[in-house]
Amino acid sequence: MISYCRAINEALHQEMARDERIFVYGLDVADHKRTFGSGEGLLESFGPKRYFTTPLSEDAMMGLGGGAAVAGLHPINVHIRVDFLLLAMNQLANMVAPMHYGSNGKLSVPLVIRAIIGRGWGQGFQHSKTLHSNFAHIPGLKVVMPTTPYDAKGLLIAAIRDDNPVLVLEHRLLYWQEGQVPEESFETPIGKANILRSGSDITIAAISWMNVEAYAAARIMERRGVTVEIIDLRSIAPLDDDLIAASVKKTGHLIVADYDWVNCGFSAEIAARIYEKCMSYLKSPIARIGFAPTPCPTTRPLENLFYPSAETLVRAIEQKLDLDRADLSGEEFFSYENKFKGPF
Amino acid sequence: MDLYKKMYLIREAEAEISREYYKDEMKTPMHMSLGSEAISVGVCHALPKGSHVYGTYRSHALYLAMTGETNEFFAEMYGKATGCAGGKAGSMHLSSPEHGLMAISAVVGTTIPWALGDAFAASYNNLDRITAAFFGDGATDEGSFWESLNAACLMKLPILFVCEDNDLAIHTSSVQRHGYDSLTEIIKNFRLNVFEGKGNDVEKVYSLANKAVDLIRSEQQSSLLRLTYYRYLEHVGVNEDFNAGYRKKPEPQEWLQNDPVYQLRQKLLKADYLNAVEEIEEQIRKQVLASRIKAQEAPFPNGDELMKGVFCGE
Repeated sequence: MISYCRAINEALHQEMARDERIFVYGLDVADHKRTFGSGEGLLESFGPKRYFTTPLSEDAMMGLGGGAAVAGLHPINVHIRVDFLLLAMNQLANMVAPMHYGSNGKLSVPLVIRAIIGRGWGQGFQHSKTLHSNFAHIPGLKVVMPTTPYDAKGLLIAAIRDDNPVLVLEHRLLYWQEGQVPEESFETPIGKANILRSGSDITIAAISWMNVEAYAAARIMERRGVTVEIIDLRSIAPLDDDLIAASVKKTGHLIVADYDWVNCGFSAEIAARIYEKCMSYLKSPIARIGFAPTPCPTTRPLENLFYPSAETLVRAIEQKLDLDRADLSGEEFFSYENKFKGPF
Repeated sequence: MDLYKKMYLIREAEAEISREYYKDEMKTPMHMSLGSEAISVGVCHALPKGSHVYGTYRSHALYLAMTGETNEFFAEMYGKATGCAGGKAGSMHLSSPEHGLMAISAVVGTTIPWALGDAFAASYNNLDRITAAFFGDGATDEGSFWESLNAACLMKLPILFVCEDNDLAIHTSSVQRHGYDSLTEIIKNFRLNVFEGKGNDVEKVYSLANKAVDLIRSEQQSSLLRLTYYRYLEHVGVNEDFNAGYRKKPEPQEWLQNDPVYQLRQKLLKADYLNAVEEIEEQIRKQVLASRIKAQEAPFPNGDELMKGVFCGE
């Protein structure tokens, strides 16, 4: 059993040892904290040539990755908050993603971008976004969001070995998650979703942290005789809608538990595809769950309302299956205070 | 004579585009290089073999200086399958990595950091390669320029920054854009070699670029070259736009005296190279005409090309 954070670290160590073209760079990656520990030991093992902190120049540093990638290197550009990646959006959307197509295949950009999505403890509206639908919208860019430690390692290795630009969105709270991860190097194929839990009554297609909430909801529902199938959509672009469709054909109900805003969000894409693929199998309209349509507030009571939770999912399931509203006051839900007590 | 050949090739190719553009067969926005020939030719001539360059949307001259070829060039303008990017790129995204022209871009300042990455890769792999980043003075208004300049100086990368300064960003002069007087005075505070001069005398450009390249190697730090020139035509399109009123039309005599191609030609004639000059011109006119006709006759890409190449390996 190792943590999600340790799994990322292991992937980086193994891949950098395998291929000298790989280097890791970004804001403060080489400081004493090493990107929440995910970069531990890399500077010591591979030196400052292959693991270095950059000036606060997200735009140019993304371009540096593009230029280095087409010149034969395999850069890994780290953004400790996905919010900061927006500073490099011009490079990502105008240069990195279209370069292979625009050069008629002469140039390829094997660039990996790791960005961390945050939550909780008053992170506020500039340390809490996800934005995967914005990135997945751009042709030429792959987007993955590992949930389990196994996939944190497998998807990062697959991203590094991919000849295309791949954005890996890692959830900060998942860094503590522990799970079985093979010690040897392996790839989780990009473009394949994963059945995290089998069930036959209702399907939850969940993204990143929402898998944890879905799991808690599924355990509660199981005691009430309802089995929930959870599909971890670990690959956002390309999206494995076949696996969701197959599950919906079995259960007839779908809740999309997104980890982002609902409006114009990724949940709409999934809903549209599932309506197209299996409209006649649906016994209820697809429900979409996500952030409140507001910037993320800092104060805890409002922050709790901003994020959807296991309770939100339980209520959605009850509504869909026409069940009574259960008393959840005795349930223990996730609280990040169990792991992080602050202050910063 | 080599220099003149490239200069005339650019001049003639641009003239051919201007002559044919009204037919609306070349459906790509043209940002013409007329007036900047000496910069592209002089700098590229000074670059050691194997150098890489990145450019801007105004890079017809750069493409021709780096490749010397016009078949794929014209085919790309006509959107044909035989173009340098199979018609997917057009005038604003010409590239020829096999000749060292890696990429050009239509969003101002976006290729500068790519040149930085290219130079980083050279340094990472201990390659003796120079990367040149061509950009206009408008790009120096962008953060990406200053970010890249800073990083190049910090990391001591083998990069030659080439500022093609026509004093205009689209239709706005530097006086209307800058809260400072001299760009190079600011840049001189960075740890790199700074040169500047007029960009209309190809021999002088070549000699400055040579010095700049030599210092990249001997001092192990980046160089910047700021070269001024006069943009002959409108920002985009093949026409003059002096009637728009944002700048004054030069007197014909003044124009000719500063014209990079005319001036070099005069020098060669004085040195008694009339026959050779005329021979080259004749040869290039034939080359350009043949390429243009060939491009017009070439097939468009098949419909299935639309979906090809979004991702590598698919």
